Amino acid sequence: MSNLQVSVYRYNPETDSAPYMQEFQVDTKGRDLMVLDVLHLMKEQDSALAFRRSCREGVCGSDGMNMNGKNGLACITPLSEVIKDNKLVLRPLPGLPVIRDMVVDMGLFYKQYERIQPYLQNDTPAPAIERLQSPEDREKLDGLYECILCACCSTACPSFWWNPEKFVGPAGLLQSYRFLVDTRDTATQERLSELEDPFSVFRCRGIMNCVAVCPKGLNPTRAIGKIREMLLAEAT
Amino acid sequence: MSNLRSLTFDAIIIGGGGSGLRAALELAKSGKKTAVLSKVFPTRSHTVSAQGGITCAIASADPDDDWRWHMYDTVKGGDYIADQDAAEYMCSEGPKAVFELEHMGLPFSRFDNGRIYQRPFGGQSKNFGEGGQAARTCAAADRTGHALLHTLYQNNIKNNTVFLNEWYAVDLVKNAEGDVVGCIAMCIETGEVVHVKSKATVLATGGAGRIYASTTNALINTGDGIGMALRAGFPMQDMEMWQFHPTGIYGAGTLVTEGCRGEGGYLINKDGERFMERYAPNAKDLAGRDVVARSMVMEILEGRGCGEKGDHVFLKLDHLGEEVLGKRLPGIVELSKTFAHVDPAKEPIPVVPTCHYMMGGIPTNVHGQAIMQGEDGKDQIVNGLFACGEAACVSVHGANRLGGNSLLDLVVFGRAAGMFIEGALNAGVEYLDATESDIEAAMTRMTRWNESEEGGETVPELKAALQDIMQASFGVFREEENMQKGVKQLAELRERIANAHLPDKSNTFNTARVEALELDNLMEVAEATAISALERKESRGAHSRYDYPDRDDVNWLKHSLYFPATKQLKKRDVNFKPKTMATLEPKIRTY
Repeated sequence: MSNLQVSVYRYNPETDSAPYMQEFQVDTKGRDLMVLDVLHLMKEQDSALAFRRSCREGVCGSDGMNMNGKNGLACITPLSEVIKDNKLVLRPLPGLPVIRDMVVDMGLFYKQYERIQPYLQNDTPAPAIERLQSPEDREKLDGLYECILCACCSTACPSFWWNPEKFVGPAGLLQSYRFLVDTRDTATQERLSELEDPFSVFRCRGIMNCVAVCPKGLNPTRAIGKIREMLLAEAT
Repeated sequence: MSNLRSLTFDAIIIGGGGSGLRAALELAKSGKKTAVLSKVFPTRSHTVSAQGGITCAIASADPDDDWRWHMYDTVKGGDYIADQDAAEYMCSEGPKAVFELEHMGLPFSRFDNGRIYQRPFGGQSKNFGEGGQAARTCAAADRTGHALLHTLYQNNIKNNTVFLNEWYAVDLVKNAEGDVVGCIAMCIETGEVVHVKSKATVLATGGAGRIYASTTNALINTGDGIGMALRAGFPMQDMEMWQFHPTGIYGAGTLVTEGCRGEGGYLINKDGERFMERYAPNAKDLAGRDVVARSMVMEILEGRGCGEKGDHVFLKLDHLGEEVLGKRLPGIVELSKTFAHVDPAKEPIPVVPTCHYMMGGIPTNVHGQAIMQGEDGKDQIVNGLFACGEAACVSVHGANRLGGNSLLDLVVFGRAAGMFIEGALNAGVEYLDATESDIEAAMTRMTRWNESEEGGETVPELKAALQDIMQASFGVFREEENMQKGVKQLAELRERIANAHLPDKSNTFNTARVEALELDNLMEVAEATAISALERKESRGAHSRYDYPDRDDVNWLKHSLYFPATKQLKKRDVNFKPKTMATLEPKIRTY
């Protein structure tokens, strides 16, 4: 019973004319392994299998992938959470170009992140010590700053699939709100004016796939709602 | 090999973790043509996993705090082979560097008065060990490394730093005079190999915990910079000094921050006894990490370990209550549930000492300039080569690093290297160009793997063999005969790796090739560690020997210096001359 059947997306542009699914039999020795452990066992069988990984504890965001139809991080997803009929189907994150096997080109995703100017802007001279911030104001950043840029959310979002060039996407907007709500940031007006077109924010249709898949339990939909409120308050 | 494309920068920084990004930020702001070359997208670097905080005397928790007290703790924690000029620099410059991070946007937790939250960590004291426990570790909940790394990356975006993301540095390029003039690097996505030319090459490649079978380190921590520097013939300092963190999750190896004990958690054995009270009556669970790790192993060896095999102990946190856990240690709650299947609000976490940090590395001065030893035994600067962060050995950590000091090390010395390189470039530096044969020399191992033939062993099995040797012979406690055996096994392993086979020779995102190149580096780090550990015949800090149980200040109040060409160990003087205060004299180290 410890043989797990894994079907994995393969594509090497140097040798394959088209992508295909490859079947692996993996001996889990009955353990409830993480999906990343299973990938390592598969790579021992075929060293050519390509996937990204780094911290193996859910904080670096390298190994976002689609496991039995749902996006998540392979390193913190135990088999018991995803397995259906003793079968595991692994595909790269949907909607982004595939470079090889499970490795996608994250360029568009990063571009949308950079677009929201993801850094604190404050035009007042910095004091000799830190800028003060009350615990209550700091608490506003909880649920926002913890994003690990794994792209599970944006690549689960139909609005991002349709308009990856124009819709910032849940990950970028979560970070946008992280700076909009930071009491130390003074660029609120400029930030909002960059977002007021029909696409950047308003393409969000409240589908909430982002919330369903976020491996850190964050809520981009709520952050997007807050940005909308700020934009509407501006307009009136 | 003349068909290699070349890229030219004023400065190339290899590694996109905390120290690399901090150095890059300094140089990008100065307008120098700078590139960060990182084998992963920068926010995937291991700095992201740091939890508990950044230790620094910013005088928030205690308005009377003094960086000299922090320096005292650091030097004592390092069992007196930390360089006092370097520790002085780090602790005194630290507040500036931490405030800069806050100004950049790092979301530190806060006290009610709005200042940065600080928590107690191991080995911290007030008034030079006389004033009781200090609370000096600045924290963003228990995700400080994540917050720090993302903040630095964000500010590099703001300052238009050039990133070569998912590029792998293969080896250093040296000119005819032995100056470092760049590196050979491979774009992982396309497989293209290029010659990167630069007047300043900064190794910010982090640690190498993956030489051990059980480690808190990320899978990418393979000591690439150490491997490159050793192959280029440069010496390594204090490589026997490896920190075993007391609280790695049993089985998984993932880290549980010392901040848990800082917030009031403690370790218990199978009888429920808070055993650290016996080993360190004053500091208890907040003694130095080496002391706590050894005490845990003693408990286990004496039959008081927990679980069926009695091979771990428990970290008790439930008495802190859900609110404190949720507010101060939310990441730990998450990790415990995922990797130990326990809710720390209800049950203790099974933990065991786990390889965590490399105190040794490329010897540098406080400006990040790499140092070698001349014929006369005196320090000599290596032209063109710099190191900072865990890859470097400045040395501020000596024989044992204090918790929270690694993040401070990263930002203080990343910043210092950046500032120094800016000045040096402004003053003007010229080195001889590398010749074809210089470049070919740096291509040797890449070529070896690319031409490797079937029949040789594979990378995963050799890596596992290396990790098992290190775990068995160079762990928390060490002993001559066992280490001799380990050194011999490593020599044999080196031969096996030289004949190993890379089956996949494709170009597009070939992770098998990257792992093969990483294996070479693990081998270099492991051998330097093994020989240094065998030769240091005393116990000091993290280096504990059954056969030499005492510290030997007469012979070993010294850095060790490992030379790769001869595989021999020499000694280097420790700096005892801080610039602004009296020398901290070596004392018996108790907690």
